[in-house]
Amino acid sequence: MLNIYGKKDTPSPSEHRGLFQRLRQGLSKTRHTLTGRLDRLFLGKKEITADLLEELEEILFTSDIGVATTGELIDLLKEKLARKELKEPEIIKTVLRDHILSFLKAPSVEHALPAHGEPLVIMVIGVNGVGKTTTIGKAAHSFVLQGKEVMLVAADTFRAAAVEQLAIWGERAGADVVKQGTGADPSAVVYDALTAALSRQTDVVLIDTAGRLHTKVNLMEELQKIRRVTDQKLPGAPHEVWLILDATTGQNAISQAEIFNNAIGVTSIILTKLDGTAKGGIVVGISKQLGIPIKYIGIGEKVDDLRPFNAKDFIGAIFD
Amino acid sequence: MFESLSEKLNSVFKKVTGRGRLSEANVQDALREVRLALLEADVNYKVVKQLVEDIRQRAVGQEVLESLTPGQQLIKIVNQELTRLMGEANQGLQLVGRTPHSLMLVGLQGSGKTTTAAKLANYLRNQGRHPYLVPADIYRPAAIDQLKKLGSQIQVPVYQTDPGQKPEEICLNALSYAGREGADVLIIDTAGRLHIDKPLMAELVRIKEKINPAEILLIADAMTGQDAVNVAKQFDESLGVTGIILSKMEGDARGGAALSIKAVTGKPVKFIGVGEKIDALEPFHPERMASQILGMGDVLSLIEKAQSEFDEKEALKLEKKLKKNQFDLEDFQAQLQQMKKLGSLDQILGMLPGMGQLKKLKQHKPDEKELVKVEAIINSMTKGERRQYKIINGSRRRRIAKGSGTTVQDVNRLLKNFTQTKKMVERFSKQGFANMPELFG
Repeated sequence: MLNIYGKKDTPSPSEHRGLFQRLRQGLSKTRHTLTGRLDRLFLGKKEITADLLEELEEILFTSDIGVATTGELIDLLKEKLARKELKEPEIIKTVLRDHILSFLKAPSVEHALPAHGEPLVIMVIGVNGVGKTTTIGKAAHSFVLQGKEVMLVAADTFRAAAVEQLAIWGERAGADVVKQGTGADPSAVVYDALTAALSRQTDVVLIDTAGRLHTKVNLMEELQKIRRVTDQKLPGAPHEVWLILDATTGQNAISQAEIFNNAIGVTSIILTKLDGTAKGGIVVGISKQLGIPIKYIGIGEKVDDLRPFNAKDFIGAIFD
Repeated sequence: MFESLSEKLNSVFKKVTGRGRLSEANVQDALREVRLALLEADVNYKVVKQLVEDIRQRAVGQEVLESLTPGQQLIKIVNQELTRLMGEANQGLQLVGRTPHSLMLVGLQGSGKTTTAAKLANYLRNQGRHPYLVPADIYRPAAIDQLKKLGSQIQVPVYQTDPGQKPEEICLNALSYAGREGADVLIIDTAGRLHIDKPLMAELVRIKEKINPAEILLIADAMTGQDAVNVAKQFDESLGVTGIILSKMEGDARGGAALSIKAVTGKPVKFIGVGEKIDALEPFHPERMASQILGMGDVLSLIEKAQSEFDEKEALKLEKKLKKNQFDLEDFQAQLQQMKKLGSLDQILGMLPGMGQLKKLKQHKPDEKELVKVEAIINSMTKGERRQYKIINGSRRRRIAKGSGTTVQDVNRLLKNFTQTKKMVERFSKQGFANMPELFG
């Protein structure tokens, strides 16, 4: 389901319906807590009272939409209320839906495209335990299904057995894996891998970096070095930098995205583990506050549960 | 990215006049800031609601201590309430009954179970125990390898797991094997799973029934958001969790999840993971966590230290003198001594929020030796000179320099500093003098 070079993939109507059902199912917890509670809140209410707004605020907060974004939404409702544009509680839902949708439409970040005959290089970054390696495995699988030659680069030389984990994914997906021993310099691994990718005429190179907390300055510098080395070997690369965020993360996700973006430059965000959480709301906060588009969401353990993110479908899956 | 709560509160309280007692009206704005700070720290919404109400009840009508500003007073109450909610003291592992004891590590995917298992093994070995690691994650690729490698790094034996077996069988076999090997604590690394995944949760229950663990520890990521409570609740309801280990605490997460989990499940946080190294596991201290959630460094310990160390009589005497504009070198000296009681300047700066990270500050580090010099100079003065610095002429300066082992230039610099301080203090005393510690901060 992934597309490269920004081409639109257009599933057939029936296929689209099937995918939408899966999305709905994956997001059922979010829908249940957010919309279910909204419906119960508005049920039978004739007037918009302060109590109602407070309860609404609570619902938004507990969906991890974030303090700033929630504040903005509530202020907006109050304003509309003062101007008498809001009369019935039921309308609130529509207003919220429309505004959240507008928050979710971040324009894509400009990034270089690979030159002819060169591979698309994607660097995957994020804090520990968000699912970088698993996401790479899933992404590799779908690139291979599209008929691409895929190479995985084991640049996580720190965590014990990270290289082995990637190798297993490579085998499953049918992708080459370039690796050196644990403790090797990640930049050197990447450099060698790119040399190999050029000679093997690989289409897509996915670089798996070690998880690191965004507050560790030296580790962020290591990422910058990987980026520099990649650009030296292949000017313009990495063409994409994917920041993986765990959907169960709270307000810290915004701090992560901000710091990684400032240090490395993020072209898209991938939100994993959305199926387990009732708090898909963090998507809204991130999109609104950072303006980085969300490219894929992980809504399950299956290989094809890494799905392109579509704001309209997402809102539809939650609200309708 | 977060403005510290104490800064916000202070700015809110600057607008409040007629201090002396916290009233309904003047805590209102401040409590709104407290509420937002707690929400930004990912404290669960319901917990926040209750907490803010408790704080309001306690704060309204309370007298503001002499040495504190109303903002500081309120922070103190907030901090006490947070600490109370989180449990007063650290709780260690309960390893009682027949050996070998088993510790079962459970949690979501990516919460840090495998790393924590190795850290815990290392910690227990340093305590004189004989830990034994059991990889029971047969699902994640290379999870068993990961634990084996970590085990060999710290020279703790790791059970040779056969991934073809069921996890409960693996654990049972490991238990009897470990007993024969002379191990006394089994650390079982289970696979990460979603709390809503019924079959996988049932698997944990089967492991529990087979091996009857001494502790079931939930590993929770410190960065978890509002859902932390649901995760903890579900794990606790299905399994009966005995304690929490909070991982990835070294980032900039405020860790409100910890507070919420404790408040909702009543289960204590026992350890925190503070780094990627094997020894980066620490027993949990609730009061430090409270400060972190509020985002204010260790400013509370500073306030408390100031409270206990500043001699009240001295302070009163000083205040009177200041009001009469009689601040002299003797007071200057007394002040320096008071400050020394608080700890070294480095420590004091370190306790202030935000200071630790300021790289610039390193160049402007106050010189401890400079302070020793200053004291020596003042000590070499006569009483008369200390009270009336204006009488210190050239020959007196030479004598003082000789007596203190410094130079005339040093003496000049001190006198210049003192006159500047005196001017500043005069300005202070005109504006009222309720906030003593700020002079020293």
